[in-house]
Amino acid sequence: MKYYDKLIFDLSKAGRQGYSLPANKWETSVSELPAGLQRAEAPALPEVSELDVVRHYTNLSQMNFGVDSGFYPLGSCTMKYNPKINEEIAAMPAFAGLHPLQPASTVQGALRLYKDLSHALSAITGMAEFTLDPFAGAHGELTGLMVIRQYHISRGDEKRTRIIVPDSAHGTNPASAAVCGLEIVQVKSNAMGLVDVEDLKPLLDDTIAGIMMTNPNTLGLFEKDIKEIAALVHECGGLLYYDGANMNPLMGVVRPGDMGFDVLHLNLHKTFSTPHGGGGPGAGPVGVAAHLVSHLPVPKVMEAEDGTLYVADGTCRCESSPEGSGAFGPACGCAPECKCGCQACGQISGFMGNFGVLLRAYTYILMLGRQNIKMVGPLAVLGANYIKESLKDCFKLPIPTVCKHEFVFDGLLDQSTGVTTLDIAKRLLDYGFHAPTIYFPLLFHQSIMIEPTETESKETLDGFIEIMKHIAAEAIADPDSLKTAPHTTPVRRLDETTAARQPVLRYKDMLQ
Amino acid sequence: MAKTVEGLYYSESHEWVKVEGNVAVVGITDFAQHAMGDLSYVDMPEVDDELEAGEEFGAVESVKAASDLFSPVSGTVVEINEELEDAPELLNQDAFANWIMKVEMSDPSELEALMDAAAYEEMCANE
Amino acid sequence: MAFAYFPHTEDDIRQMLDRIGVGSLEDLYSDVPQDVIYRNEYDLPDAMSEHEVRQYFEGLAEFNTNLFCLCGLGAYDHYSPAVIPHIISRSEFLTAYTPYQPEVSQGTLRYIFEYQSMITELTGMDCTNASMYDGATAAAEAMMMAMAATKKKTRVLLSEGLLPQVVKVVKTYAKFNGVRLDMIPCVDGATSYGALAAELAAGDVAGVLVPGINRYGIIEDLTGFADAVHAQKGLLMVYSDPSSLAVIRTPGEWGADIVCGDSQTLGVPLCFGGPYVGFLACTKDHVRKLPGRIVGATKDVDGKRAYVLTLQAREQHIRREKATSNICSNQSLMALYVTVYMSLMGPKGLREVNELSYGGAHYLYDGLLSTGLFEKAFDKPFLKEFTLKTLVPAEKIQDALQMIGVFGAVEVEDGLVNFCVTEKVSKDNIDAIVEYLKNWGHEVL
Repeated sequence: MKYYDKLIFDLSKAGRQGYSLPANKWETSVSELPAGLQRAEAPALPEVSELDVVRHYTNLSQMNFGVDSGFYPLGSCTMKYNPKINEEIAAMPAFAGLHPLQPASTVQGALRLYKDLSHALSAITGMAEFTLDPFAGAHGELTGLMVIRQYHISRGDEKRTRIIVPDSAHGTNPASAAVCGLEIVQVKSNAMGLVDVEDLKPLLDDTIAGIMMTNPNTLGLFEKDIKEIAALVHECGGLLYYDGANMNPLMGVVRPGDMGFDVLHLNLHKTFSTPHGGGGPGAGPVGVAAHLVSHLPVPKVMEAEDGTLYVADGTCRCESSPEGSGAFGPACGCAPECKCGCQACGQISGFMGNFGVLLRAYTYILMLGRQNIKMVGPLAVLGANYIKESLKDCFKLPIPTVCKHEFVFDGLLDQSTGVTTLDIAKRLLDYGFHAPTIYFPLLFHQSIMIEPTETESKETLDGFIEIMKHIAAEAIADPDSLKTAPHTTPVRRLDETTAARQPVLRYKDMLQ
Repeated sequence: MAKTVEGLYYSESHEWVKVEGNVAVVGITDFAQHAMGDLSYVDMPEVDDELEAGEEFGAVESVKAASDLFSPVSGTVVEINEELEDAPELLNQDAFANWIMKVEMSDPSELEALMDAAAYEEMCANE
Repeated sequence: MAFAYFPHTEDDIRQMLDRIGVGSLEDLYSDVPQDVIYRNEYDLPDAMSEHEVRQYFEGLAEFNTNLFCLCGLGAYDHYSPAVIPHIISRSEFLTAYTPYQPEVSQGTLRYIFEYQSMITELTGMDCTNASMYDGATAAAEAMMMAMAATKKKTRVLLSEGLLPQVVKVVKTYAKFNGVRLDMIPCVDGATSYGALAAELAAGDVAGVLVPGINRYGIIEDLTGFADAVHAQKGLLMVYSDPSSLAVIRTPGEWGADIVCGDSQTLGVPLCFGGPYVGFLACTKDHVRKLPGRIVGATKDVDGKRAYVLTLQAREQHIRREKATSNICSNQSLMALYVTVYMSLMGPKGLREVNELSYGGAHYLYDGLLSTGLFEKAFDKPFLKEFTLKTLVPAEKIQDALQMIGVFGAVEVEDGLVNFCVTEKVSKDNIDAIVEYLKNWGHEVL
């Protein structure tokens, strides 16, 4: 990677243009608008040629690391290979040119995709039905929690406003719960890193809306007591939410629905191979068990008896719906089970989610098919355990059992050198690997969370193992080379404190 | 070793209180600023805010962490240290010389529940 | 069992299992209760080859009809320059993770900084985050931001002039988040200042969300709005179309505190509603309440100009339930999309897009009125999108247009229909459509 220091603004020169537009043949002009409705000064956007733009962004891209550049052992993020056919399908004009409000009769193919993808996700997870509207994992979490709250309220059970979250959970879990108006109750992990069932029991009462779990958990460990936990939570009237961030090791082997989960979200940009795009767009479909289907958000795709598809927008479609009231519930007064869309938790996206991402995920599912899907989880788990077993003589392994798709080291085995997890992560960049997730989960001080995915070869993993061992040796022989790493990247360690103390957030501020 | 100052009151959540008449001057301890590292922002209350003892009144932030602040006493905020808005690093330089807020106490007897320097040092030693 | 995305040979698997010390792949699941392991066949299609997958989607596509677009209402058919797909499909951008390791993510961080610079320039705000999901969710986040920024207020006001999907999404978030919402009606197609002033008098309003251009296509005159809201210590929030802000008065000029909206208008394909890219911007007073990722400029240890995610202590991975929002992933690649668009267009190109849209929209407006099928609904200024009253059932007009492959005349309220024109619509297109409707009208009227 080479360093390139320009912003597109630095290339600007008045009078250059990078666009081509039709000649203006109209007789009216924006300048006829009332002066008070017009902008005073033109925006200071760059003026650059087309080639300026192409070179600039090509240069920028060369300071970036992606899955196509090298191995990304990023725990909790499932950075698997993003197949190229996905991109080709998503770009098909027959899909990319559709306006979201077009009549259903003109978008039957697009609506069929929603149905088919939902069906496939149901088959994979054991849930009854999905909404594909949520835009990302956190958005899916929020949507799923809304479904849970709507369910309780529709049954007149309004006091269930507390949700249990394990102390090892992703930060998004409590954040999503708070946005959904739920109070967080923390349950502890036991010495093995699993939810402590004895700590859970006293928390369960009639104010509990449910529990949010990921299984395997953020330590990569399977919650083996899951069926007991499910029974306990259900017994108290709560529901089980499954955070699908860690679905990859179970894909093709275990279905969350069979473990007793009532609601889940999946991250299509993790488990289903759609690209992360530097932080999005993703998609976070939410699946629910049969008793929650009516509370999924709108708009939702429905199938008429003759097989044609239409979009339900939440308006009651029942012919003779009784009068009703209810601040939370529908005005039509239909029963909570009514499936016409009137019982939805609400609308959570402007249209119907990141359609382009859904096309990519279904492409991947078709390529996998029922045959290959069975190998996704096992091969991901194989890679993680292989790295763990190969490195446990150099790095501290706090929980030595078999892991699933990922595992956590608590820093170097020999901690006398003063070399930290941050130093190890930065040194990996010098050797052409992306860094693992670090300082998460919070249960350990020097967490290094490694997840290889099923798309990485043994040779790649061996290369990574060798470099990790080399870094462990360097920590003893030459700790300074680690503490000042990285050395070969386009920029080196940054002054993040000044960035936060005196934020410079736009080009204009930089000029001052 | 983090320092303490004699004659101040200390809370379990690492705030210190200096009493000036009926006003409690509140800051964070040297131990707290050490634990946080380079501070990048201090979220302060507004003047006239009513606080209960133990209530959250703000937060200190570093690049990768945030820690809530809890009022050691009940009362009304009468002044905040505006210098910290642009220079949070003052707390790193000297946590006891730079206060965060002044509270007109409604119940000075609450001070009795706080620790003295020796007790606070002992608590920190066990953390 | 060889498959293109699995590189393992039988021998690799054997060696790896040996290193781990287990006998089979199944043994790696020994910690999983046997009764939750799924042993049935998955109800999925058989694995397909790439060629078969292509055929499958080509078959699906036959059930779609691509129509010539004269509809707006939150999704706009603007021209997208050829350069953009090439840039955003560069795998270093496409397959990168969130830029948490700045040393190997300067590409992503740099374009987000440019994006922030451009969005603040268009909106007249001081800061913006790295993107939101879409316009509707950005509006919901704006509502929560206003609540967080004004601690003692309990209510948020929404203009009825906002797009219906925006109102619906904000209502859903408000319902669960515990925010009281009230609507301000429109009078003659624009948000009523009188009704706003009356609601503000209660003194409990955290923020007011109004559209810059409303659901009728009318450019709102927000004279006095900011003063009225600020007098009650509330925040003025404007839902804007960023493309239009190259020419119309900016939220910054109106005195807004928070601006939200959807940048789909900056050349992003319709794509059946997504991925688009929401934005959320604010004045510097509120930057600590701004949700999502924010990029700041700094230097590295060698003094090189560099960029990094900053103000992270606001975010969910640090603050957990006390974060201003739960957002993590956003629409980063789409932020790159619109950044490249704005770079290519520049101030003149973006003005020209608006001129072409404005000219065409007003030409179509006059043409449609001449068909005898429509009447004016309002007499207020509009840009590229407008509303007419129909003299025959709206659905019939929509169907008639569909007969010639045109999508327009979508009913927004009883008897009121929407049309929208972009730079992709020519004079010949409009002449043909108007002529067709005239003839069709003679038959039905």
